[in-house]
Amino acid sequence: MSAIASAAPLLETRGLTVTVGGHTVTAGLDLTLSPGERLAILGRNGAGKSTLLATLAGLRAPSAGEVRLAGRPYPDLSARDAALVRGWLAQTAPDPFATTVLETALAGRHPHLGRWEWESAEDARLARAALAQVGLAGFEARQVATLSGGERQRLGLATLLTQAPSLYLLDEPLAHLDLNHQIASLELLARQAEAGAATVLVLHDPGLAARYCDRVVLVFGDGTVAQGPCDQVLTARTLSCLYGYPLKELADGGRRWFVPA
Amino acid sequence: MPTRRRALVALAFLILLALASFAVALAAGSIAVDRADVLAALTGGDTPGAEIVRALRLPRAVAGFACGGLLALAGALMQVLLRNPLADPYVLGISGGAGVGALTAILIGLPVAGLTGFAFVGALAAMLTVFGLARGDGSWTQTRLLLTGVIVAAGCGALVALMLTIAPESKLRGMLFWLMGDLAQVAHPWLPAGALLVCLAAALPFARELNLLARGLLQAQAMGVSVPTVRRLIYAVASLATAMAVTSAGSIGFVGLVVPHLTRLALGNDQRLLLPASALAGGSLLLLADTAARTMVAPLQLPVGVLTALIGVPVFLFLLTRQPK
Repeated sequence: MSAIASAAPLLETRGLTVTVGGHTVTAGLDLTLSPGERLAILGRNGAGKSTLLATLAGLRAPSAGEVRLAGRPYPDLSARDAALVRGWLAQTAPDPFATTVLETALAGRHPHLGRWEWESAEDARLARAALAQVGLAGFEARQVATLSGGERQRLGLATLLTQAPSLYLLDEPLAHLDLNHQIASLELLARQAEAGAATVLVLHDPGLAARYCDRVVLVFGDGTVAQGPCDQVLTARTLSCLYGYPLKELADGGRRWFVPA
Repeated sequence: MPTRRRALVALAFLILLALASFAVALAAGSIAVDRADVLAALTGGDTPGAEIVRALRLPRAVAGFACGGLLALAGALMQVLLRNPLADPYVLGISGGAGVGALTAILIGLPVAGLTGFAFVGALAAMLTVFGLARGDGSWTQTRLLLTGVIVAAGCGALVALMLTIAPESKLRGMLFWLMGDLAQVAHPWLPAGALLVCLAAALPFARELNLLARGLLQAQAMGVSVPTVRRLIYAVASLATAMAVTSAGSIGFVGLVVPHLTRLALGNDQRLLLPASALAGGSLLLLADTAARTMVAPLQLPVGVLTALIGVPVFLFLLTRQPK
């Protein structure tokens, strides 16, 4: 992590207004994320969670306000400088050309390499280690097209780990994953946060958000958002309102789960 | 695992192939020329054989190699830009635009310079029409772009057919040869050769960026690619390469699609290797095809575009039906 990253919050928004297709996702959102913090974004389908995440990643210009990455607004950062600090996992990754699993994971090293530099043995080691961390050891030579949806999702996560950013922005990282891999992925991201990274996850299960994130942003889809610590914001009442369907809370030891009433 | 060493080995092999193609092209022809004459021609000797090589065969060989390389490079770049393995100068209607321009020039009886100018304008007009619709992103735009190219190509095909119908008998043969690709008409062979060097020099520094671009614009941007800059540059390079090749050699509609495919199947999709390898392989293929076209049934000269298709189609079908690993 660079010196700037430790001085300023990793991610900061000031008066952030995000609109998509004429509807407002957030209006004047102020948000700060420091190293080690884990944030969840919850909301209904179409509420604008992905749009908000892409804006936080600097891939989409906000309608108003600004997003700062490690203290500097995105327009001041080159694409490469930004990529050294934040990583973004897309919901879908199209791959029109044949490519192997290892090559795909190695792509994460791009911002770390000079223009004429090739991936070194050390880069390959990092990529292999990342693949092993998501349970894809032994898949290195496989064609990406032959992977299942869940395996592709984990390959995306491995590519991000190879990129080794300080800020992880993940759009539905649990999509297509079976339960054991869902938990394994969340544990993996929690370890990144313990090591000093910050994570922002778009999730669908409020129970998992409560278990694996410190704070949450609820996107209601009409421009209003609610944010705060998970134990305060995640209640059956607010979540019923968020999803437009009555939910009830089940306690299981220290953990809380939300199920349709 | 892509390594520089593997890339250099592959490129060294392709350079040898290119040199061999040149050797064949310079030695073969209706007048027998031996190895000593070829060497004399290249080192400045003045035997009668050397004169033939220098005045006739070398310019044509340089033009053939350069145009093949330009077409293959343009195809490879367009395939990445549009994230569609079917993109190529021919499919996108750019060759068609050049064809309409060139045939118009022949029809109204312009000299060679006019033909070149008209073909260039035609290629550019088709390109602006097709790429002008590339604004924005999303799979819909990519599909629309390809369809636009197909429609522009169809429209150009109709115009070409119309002009062939109304053309006087005396001009018909020249028009047909231009349409099928003809390297005998190249006036300045060093022009496409220079263009090939310029295009490679402009595209190669961005090869790793192009690898990421193939995964989608947002992904590439998130991984540190300055997408708008790279895209503009590559559009410009691909356009220049296509226009230059089509203007010089006429409509050769197979190299741009098939050579990058074959190269990709053989060497993988790493653009750092694929771009120079495609240029070398495309140049060699067109050079060999042209040599065959002018010697096989000499003194009759076959249109080289027909020959590249006859060579390429079976090879391509074979590779396509090969079981993937």
